[in-house]
Amino acid sequence: MHEIVTSGFLFPNEIEVHWSLMIVLYPYITGLVAGAFIVSSLYHVFGKQELKPIAKFSLVGAFCFLLFACTPLLFHLGHPERAFNIMFTPKFTSAMSGFGYIYTFYLILVLLEIWFVFRPDIVRLAGETTGIMKAVYWVMALGSSDVSEETLSIDRKITLVLAAVGIPSACVLHGYVGFLFGSLKSNPWWSTPLMPVIFLMSAIVSGIAVLIICYFIVMVVKKVPVDNACLQSLYKYLWGFFIIDVTLEGLEVLTMAYEAHEEWHIIAQLLTGKLGFSYIVLQMVICSLIPLVVLGFVSLKKMSDMTRNRLGLICSALILIQVLAMRWNVVIGGQLFSKSLRGLTSYSPTFLGREGLLVAFILLALPFVTMYIFNLLLPLWENETAKEEG
Amino acid sequence: MAGGGLYISLFQLLPSPARASSQQAPLYAFIVDAEKCIGCGKCAEACRAENNVPEDFYRTWIERYTIHQDGTVNVDSPHGGEHGFKPLEDSSTVEKSFFVPKLCNHCKNPNCVQVCPVGATYVSKEGFVLVDEKQCVGCSYCVMACPYGARFMNPVTHTADKCTWCYHRIMQGHTTACVEACPVGARQFGSVDDPKSPVYKVLKEKRLQVLKPETGNEPMVLYVGLDKEVR
Repeated sequence: MHEIVTSGFLFPNEIEVHWSLMIVLYPYITGLVAGAFIVSSLYHVFGKQELKPIAKFSLVGAFCFLLFACTPLLFHLGHPERAFNIMFTPKFTSAMSGFGYIYTFYLILVLLEIWFVFRPDIVRLAGETTGIMKAVYWVMALGSSDVSEETLSIDRKITLVLAAVGIPSACVLHGYVGFLFGSLKSNPWWSTPLMPVIFLMSAIVSGIAVLIICYFIVMVVKKVPVDNACLQSLYKYLWGFFIIDVTLEGLEVLTMAYEAHEEWHIIAQLLTGKLGFSYIVLQMVICSLIPLVVLGFVSLKKMSDMTRNRLGLICSALILIQVLAMRWNVVIGGQLFSKSLRGLTSYSPTFLGREGLLVAFILLALPFVTMYIFNLLLPLWENETAKEEG
Repeated sequence: MAGGGLYISLFQLLPSPARASSQQAPLYAFIVDAEKCIGCGKCAEACRAENNVPEDFYRTWIERYTIHQDGTVNVDSPHGGEHGFKPLEDSSTVEKSFFVPKLCNHCKNPNCVQVCPVGATYVSKEGFVLVDEKQCVGCSYCVMACPYGARFMNPVTHTADKCTWCYHRIMQGHTTACVEACPVGARQFGSVDDPKSPVYKVLKEKRLQVLKPETGNEPMVLYVGLDKEVR
């Protein structure tokens, strides 16, 4: 147990931080969902053909993150066995009560889209495989076996509708997570109408960044050359959304500083003191300024594919850290200062324990393990389908 | 810094027509006279004993404000003021010093009730803000939403916990444990409608303030003699 270091005056019940590392992970994982889904929809809805190589994977990636988006909450709740009360006995004045419904709706929607996108592959694999795998694919096919051009055309239309509905759903899902914080008027660090928009933008950039990194890793492991047109397009989207994201994050603090309400003095102390490293150094300087500048060059300047990809990969990693730091600074930062506006407390996660670092690492790894299992079952990569069909 | 309170009128405390027609139960208010409090801590001690409050958490506490001649303000509340306060080490620069008891404000428009996703935190028909620990999922959203730091997560029940205005005692015709324990009458509790109630006369005669009026929560804990430095 780490020693809590306080300064100034805190209300006696505020010494301990209640929303822990798990509540940092929850919006982080949820954000990866939204970003990955947006990439998938850029192909399926907006017809961005250059993203075809990663379209299927981004959809499955969104689903895998979505599966585990709520698990950190279960580790946090005082009574996880009552978690479903949020859906069974909801109180709709609460911003939190709608989450179960939005989450479930989105999970079903993404699952349906995955099924329609992969149905031809499932049917084909059910025919090609034998033994237990045949049974697995037969169950996954849900009794369908028709892959005529006519039914495939219907599949594509349904996919288009699902993907189109999925875009606002993804935005609602993550804008909503931002609203959970932004609507709390008791906390001046959280209570801003910009919060849902900032959460949404940071979600999109984190999702694109994680896809870029996954794509590289998978292609290296498979020893398949990367699709540079696809990557170049992703870098541009990443840069564009990141510009909006960082601008909003900057504007939020600038507005607070300029308006200088009475709470500003403690928020300034927080940002320059307890969050000095995670906010100023990590979130705003190293992981924002560097990717902003470098991605600008990557997007606009002529350079070799290898250089571009190396720079793009580094920027993606920095942006993933930036978004994690942002989640930390919002969730933990908002609890480090007293509502008396006169004091600060501290928080360090333990390594072990229900809400410790080890659990956090495992929870972060689980979506990738699930992606690997998907990868074993279905052809997630465009070249695989082509190769197998060829 | 902005003022810590806002003068409110008696009219705001009176039952609204809707309330009067739909609910027969009396409306209650809690008066804290900060000018009377001597910081002895008997109230917090009595509260812990009465309500089995776990160590290091507080349903009520006392803050000491020390305002120096140069305008600096020090606030302390060692162990929630439960064991009283040590005399100030150097009082030569002190302009004024005073105590402020705190507790759940049982707001008319409570944030905590608004944000509870399962309705475990609710307003009783008498206007008490209570927690149903059998329904609470332990998400801490209400702890985050309370602007007064009045809530905590009970480490034994793993549910939200806070002052109940000793609901169990009030329903049996007694007053709250803290009011009973206060040796100087700095705490008063009772019905706002009953002329015999200890708060009735204070509500009629005194100028009262609430904490953080800008939240719109409409606290039902009203203060006499609240300084602008108090949050």
